[in-house]
Amino acid sequence: MSNLARWVLRLAPLLWALWLPSRAHAGAASERIRLWHAWRGEEEAVLTELLTSWDGTPVEVLAVPYDALSSKLGSAIPFGEGPDVFVDSHERLGEYQRRELVAPVGDAFEPGVFVAEAEAAVTIDGQTLAVPLSLKSLALYVNDDLVQRVPADLEGIAALQGALPAGVVALAYEANNAYAHAALLHACGGRMLAPDDGFGLVGPEAEASLEVVLSLLASGAVPSEADGALVTNLFRSGKAAFAMSGPWLAADLPTSLRYHVETLPVLARTGTRLQPLLTVESAMLSPNGADKPEVRRFARWLASATAARRRAERARGVTARNDVPSDDPIVRAFLEQAGLAVPMSTSTAMRATWEPANKALRKILRGDAPVAEALAEAEHRFALVMRAPPAPRSPTLLLLALGGFALMGAVLLGQRARTAGFRDQVRRSIPAWLWLVHAVVAVGALVVLPLVVGAATSLFAGPPGDVHYVGSANFVDILTARGGPLFASGSFWLTLVITVVWTVVNVALHVGLGLVFGLLLARPVLRMRAMYRVLLIIPWAVPNYVTALAWKGMFHRQFGAVTGATMALGDWLGIAIEPISWFSRFSTAFTANVATNAWLGFPFMMVVTVAALGSVPKDVLEAAEVDGASRRQRFLYVTLPMIGPSLIPAIMLGAIWTFNMFNVVFLVSGGDPDGTTDILVSEAYRWAFTRDAQYGYAAAYAVLIFVLLSGITRGLDRIGARAKAKAAV
Amino acid sequence: MSPQETPSPRRKGWLGAFAIHAVLLLGVAFALYPVLWVASLAFSGSATPEPRVIPWPSEPTLRHLQEVVGATADDGGETVWIFGRQLLNSLVVATATALVGVLIAIPTAYALARFNFLGKRTGMGVLLATQMFPAVASAIPLYLILEASGLLNTRTGLVLCYASTAVPFAIFQLRAAFEAIPVDLEEAAMVDGATRLGAFVRVVLPIARPAIAVTSLFAFMSAYNEFILAATLLDDSKMFTLPVMLQRFVGEYDARWEAFAAGALVVSLPVMGLFYVAQRHLVEGLASGGVKG
Repeated sequence: MSNLARWVLRLAPLLWALWLPSRAHAGAASERIRLWHAWRGEEEAVLTELLTSWDGTPVEVLAVPYDALSSKLGSAIPFGEGPDVFVDSHERLGEYQRRELVAPVGDAFEPGVFVAEAEAAVTIDGQTLAVPLSLKSLALYVNDDLVQRVPADLEGIAALQGALPAGVVALAYEANNAYAHAALLHACGGRMLAPDDGFGLVGPEAEASLEVVLSLLASGAVPSEADGALVTNLFRSGKAAFAMSGPWLAADLPTSLRYHVETLPVLARTGTRLQPLLTVESAMLSPNGADKPEVRRFARWLASATAARRRAERARGVTARNDVPSDDPIVRAFLEQAGLAVPMSTSTAMRATWEPANKALRKILRGDAPVAEALAEAEHRFALVMRAPPAPRSPTLLLLALGGFALMGAVLLGQRARTAGFRDQVRRSIPAWLWLVHAVVAVGALVVLPLVVGAATSLFAGPPGDVHYVGSANFVDILTARGGPLFASGSFWLTLVITVVWTVVNVALHVGLGLVFGLLLARPVLRMRAMYRVLLIIPWAVPNYVTALAWKGMFHRQFGAVTGATMALGDWLGIAIEPISWFSRFSTAFTANVATNAWLGFPFMMVVTVAALGSVPKDVLEAAEVDGASRRQRFLYVTLPMIGPSLIPAIMLGAIWTFNMFNVVFLVSGGDPDGTTDILVSEAYRWAFTRDAQYGYAAAYAVLIFVLLSGITRGLDRIGARAKAKAAV
Repeated sequence: MSPQETPSPRRKGWLGAFAIHAVLLLGVAFALYPVLWVASLAFSGSATPEPRVIPWPSEPTLRHLQEVVGATADDGGETVWIFGRQLLNSLVVATATALVGVLIAIPTAYALARFNFLGKRTGMGVLLATQMFPAVASAIPLYLILEASGLLNTRTGLVLCYASTAVPFAIFQLRAAFEAIPVDLEEAAMVDGATRLGAFVRVVLPIARPAIAVTSLFAFMSAYNEFILAATLLDDSKMFTLPVMLQRFVGEYDARWEAFAAGALVVSLPVMGLFYVAQRHLVEGLASGGVKG
């Protein structure tokens, strides 16, 4: 007892430390302006520097990763939390307006000082919803050491390929990224979003633009599967004569590199210029923030000429103001390009365009599907995300059913209360209840309540703020694959098959590796046993998101260890092996996921095996040995049946964990290629957080997962019981 | 050679031992390689990452480590050592989760192991069911509950969320551990005049110590390692836990693998140390009933 009391005393200050700062924080939040942004590097540094000269209410800054910003805003602002001001791209304004995450900026907007494109971009239905800060678009970077005379058109640039030194590409850009591809699409007369908010990357113009890219790739003038980091690396190290990239590239280039920036070239076959998409980075106000004069003054100050000048000087920000001239040639080139760019649409449909468009681009450029077919599939996907929510239904049926259940429960309970022993049972249960009443309250409030609410969400649909009851429509939609073929790419049934294969393969590997190492570690005589055990357990100790990201790094096409190993093998054999792009093929991406998960999961099974082997009586084994059983026979007929019963629960637990192993799938392959390696949980996550916040749909997935898992565990439980019964005999 | 081994020719035994060590060493290489690879990346100073097989840093440097560990932030005019704050947050949140989880679970698990009472079966069923419901769906309701109780963006709120997964798991673990302890021991103590509570505290708890240690370790790790909820619920960098900080280094548009590797190393060390200390108990803790889900 005294031991326990001492521990509690020792830990009390810690609990206090936990409470106090959080209280102090809650009090202070209202007196500060809260600013969220996704700036990095120099841009972030400029902000920090600028804020030292702000004379108003102190500002609390939070840097959020760009990919997480919009979902974080969506989960905070509706509840009166989150920032007063945030910096984001203008094209999200339409969605933010619909979800009431932004409010008109009022006097934060200084009239007459912004370039016309910027002002138009932040205005929806006559309301000014943001204060423009800077303009971002792609432009053409030219390496002056490699290029003497810039060709007039894209075809000319590609034709340089033959004249360049070996290992140098003519033009580095992210060919499989829809944002970059839009410049070509525009030159072919297409648009990312059709005038009626339909999917734009389809039809003859889109097909023509893709034929251009395919021919560029075929001639080797453009690197395949380039991401932003590769474009930066190629241009920085002088391995690309041209690069199509944004102002952010300049920040990464050494001063020793001789280069300049100019506007994108003409596409000779149509005679039209490549026009990149224009993004206006703007300060937006949450409804809470827009109400406060001080917050509006702050937003106006963020977009002021002084601030714009600092951003231009230090971070090469291309200001959206027309009264801040710059003499930096790079800034001026980007400004000129901005005038020739196509402002991104603020329509809510814009955001839904990217995922299907990117998937289609990757598929086409890899040669996995004919152009027209892949584009049609992308259009279908877009339509699924954009489809109108199911029609509202009357909840009468549900209420009736719930009422019926409640009534039935009450009747059953009443009947039971009237039975003879009930009072006695209650009286005898009271001491036991006293032991766990606190847990019932805690689990009820923190576990059961959120789950029930979450599960109930599956009966609703509609955009946040306009949710209505739809009955089982979400389930019907999912189970019928939304009217398409049942095993179409991305459908519930196909994902279920993948999830089951994923679980079976992983659990088999975990158990296999765990048994092998567990049996070896449990041998009666083994030198360095302690060392082996500690080292073999390491994967369990590493946080699993670190593991996942580390393995993603190891499979990285440019610098991964696996790539290095295959290339070293190629050198050794004297053949050139192209670096494998692990995440562009289902088989390799799935293998990468499995390798990661096998690594992080086998030590658990190993320890369970060792623990179970510890309880196998030695005399039984010895008796078997005396009877002349071989080592294999002893393992199969004595050891395995004896450790089986303790392995079954562990396997069950492992299966549940693997079935829901979100981190590995989400962080390693991220569903690539084309969402084929997604499992049910990561698919649910996508519906909730990246596809227009369809929480009801995501919740329906969660409920289905729950039903499946309950079924599986029931089944395994029965097998376990049978094994136990067998072992008892 | 132990006398129990089958009396086989000496050479065969030697070969067998060699094979066993070869397999184990292969396993160790598999287990260690990714860790070493991350470490080598963390200490690499070369500007352009190149594929490498041997996990040794090219142009060794402490730059990335210094950048991550030395990170500071401006807090209303004064400079705070933000990395220290975030490390403290992680440790406090994880420790509190383990404490809250295990303290709630201990008496509950004991009652489930020893008593028969009304609602036991239903309760166990509900508890088991909660383990199968993916967290994606309950994230939004949890957010609402924290919002309503004013605990959003606080460490306390985060601890409550993590406790919601730690408690059911701890109950299962500990119930199995308590069930494995013979009832006779408590009964003997109670015959000697101890109360039920006294017998529990003085007899059962000391025996269950390895299992409690292992359960606490799991609760600690699950909280220390979690990042999706933390990234959603926290919006003040002074409140961040380390995983949320790390997430920034590997964004979709701008990945800085060296800095991530350095951060990953620093983040993993405390929990690896703890694991090392607890690993002796691990087998014992799992053996005494262990993981009966």
